[in-house]
Amino acid sequence: MGGMLVFGYGNPGRGDDALGPAFVERLARENPDAADNAEYLSDMQLQVEHVTDLCGRQLLLFVDADAACQPPFQLSRIHAERDTSYTSHAMTPQALLYAFCQVYGRKAPPALLLRIRGYGFDLGESLDARADTNLREALALASRLGVADAQRWQQSACGHDDAIIAGRGSAEDG
Amino acid sequence: MTQQQKPDSSTPRRVTIDPVSRVEGHGRISLLLDANNHVHEARFHIVEFRGFEKFIQGRPYREVPFVVQRLCGICPVSHQLAAAKAVDQLVGVEVLTPTAFKLRRLLHFGQVLQSHSLHFFHLASPDLLFGFGSDVAQRNIAGLLESSPELAMKGVRLRKYGQQIIEAITGKRIHGVATVPGGMNKALTMAQRDTLLAGVKDVIGWCQEAVALNEQIHRAHAENHDFGAIQSNFLSLTGDGGELELYHGGLRARAASGDIILDGFDYRGYGELLREEVRPWSYMKFPFLLSLGQKSGWYRVGPLSRVNNCDMIPTPLAEEQRRRFRDYGQGGLVHDTLAYHWARMIEALHCAESIERLLADTDITGSELVVPEGQRRREGIGVIEAPRGTLFHHYRIDDEGLIEKANLIVSTTSNNQAMNESLRAVADRYLDGQTLTEGLLNHLEVAIRAYDPCLSCATHALGRMPLQVELVDTAGQIVDRLTKGGKA
Repeated sequence: MGGMLVFGYGNPGRGDDALGPAFVERLARENPDAADNAEYLSDMQLQVEHVTDLCGRQLLLFVDADAACQPPFQLSRIHAERDTSYTSHAMTPQALLYAFCQVYGRKAPPALLLRIRGYGFDLGESLDARADTNLREALALASRLGVADAQRWQQSACGHDDAIIAGRGSAEDG
Repeated sequence: MTQQQKPDSSTPRRVTIDPVSRVEGHGRISLLLDANNHVHEARFHIVEFRGFEKFIQGRPYREVPFVVQRLCGICPVSHQLAAAKAVDQLVGVEVLTPTAFKLRRLLHFGQVLQSHSLHFFHLASPDLLFGFGSDVAQRNIAGLLESSPELAMKGVRLRKYGQQIIEAITGKRIHGVATVPGGMNKALTMAQRDTLLAGVKDVIGWCQEAVALNEQIHRAHAENHDFGAIQSNFLSLTGDGGELELYHGGLRARAASGDIILDGFDYRGYGELLREEVRPWSYMKFPFLLSLGQKSGWYRVGPLSRVNNCDMIPTPLAEEQRRRFRDYGQGGLVHDTLAYHWARMIEALHCAESIERLLADTDITGSELVVPEGQRRREGIGVIEAPRGTLFHHYRIDDEGLIEKANLIVSTTSNNQAMNESLRAVADRYLDGQTLTEGLLNHLEVAIRAYDPCLSCATHALGRMPLQVELVDTAGQIVDRLTKGGKA
């Protein structure tokens, strides 16, 4: 392991909840050469065993759908946080980082959370057109920063803990 | 059977708790009180639980095993396998090759093992170890990692092992493609087999420890015995010899007394056996055994049902534990709702032993994976014991091979009435006047968690899962409100 981990999560069967896995799928498809420096993972939700996937990474990029963030996306640096948001079958990335610290007794790798704005989350729905536009904006960001360039991603996050990069346009506006 | 209290003639008040945390999806509990503040009815609303059948309609039958995986993030494999069994019937296949049959079983054991491990180690054990009234901030996986890191890590490793099996067979962590009509599409390599085999002894040992811990906790805490306890019928698959069977068998139902109601029932005739009642306040139906009627025919499914229902478990270590479990019941069935956890870990042990047995079987790395399709049929019914209980998939196709009609009965639906009964029992005991407390909330959650309901694989998108508790009177006035962590 090593390099960057791009971890998209969400349920592909529930409309825009698919944004995280869709980001990873398209990124991997469009950038096959980046595989040497980045690993792509997708799952329905984060769970505690995913701490084992975080070991030895230079940078973690979590990608999720967000029902409320400013469109098209927001990128934030995140830290380990103990919170009460544990649900039966899903953890927040912050809680996962916290679990990492507990399990391994050391700080988790630096981590970013890319939240892509979604609108519809009904069972069986495909991506909303606005969500798809937001997804493309997020992929464009990845291209600008360099898909597997952990250093550039980190530099972009330097000194900011919240909404360090917001998308330039709103799908709702367009 | 629990006797439902007759409502007081005076106007009931309603206590609403919405949604339930640490349970998949969104849930809301309404507690209907009589004038004396006794809970005469509990209504567990599952607001996301709808649309499955519509979701599937119009799709080619060959796609169905893959499409239905998307119903659930926790047991996608169970949906895939139940659908695959139904699709086998649609293409006229009765018997798979030994390799395909064993690969499907191995896949299923891996799925049940990882799901049961998640449930006990990460969801239930904080309640059981720290106590239902302990600090909420402590009563979760982070608290468990702090206080019992070794135990918590065993849970992590068990989950991981189960998922390694799934990944080896399906090729992916999620939405892997494994089943095809009449078999499987990929062989297990010797290298994969050897890797999995190398870790299985540890897995068996961890499961043994988990069973022992559950037994110890359950026996030591007398207050756990009647917590949310109800008397119910039990339904599950069993094998031809009455043994525990998770992948394929006949339906067996027992009455609360232990008497067998039906046995060896071909699940393809489930329509003659079960009816689903619709109630106006719930999206989720209420199945019941037709022969016993709507009032008395509700039943429980899942680990407690299966371990009670079977005559033996066909792996030695788990069978030894089943006997201890039944000894605890002193000759009768075990009805303690919290004994679900104990039964769940006995099943996890059975899965681990079965995995070892299958990996040692030379058929498992065989290359004969598919049998030729036969005469196409219009209907297929697949039933499997998913981690949370019996799972029915029923499909009818048209001349073009498109799904014309689908009916799914998931285990959470089967446990619907039972969960309401357990909630009523807990609420009536712990609700004090009109005050909602974190303690009460968690007691209710503990009762629900015993069933481990999968509330339809809800989205988890950020910002969509707040926890709110409200006390509402019949006039719609909020008498009290509680959010996770304190009063709003």
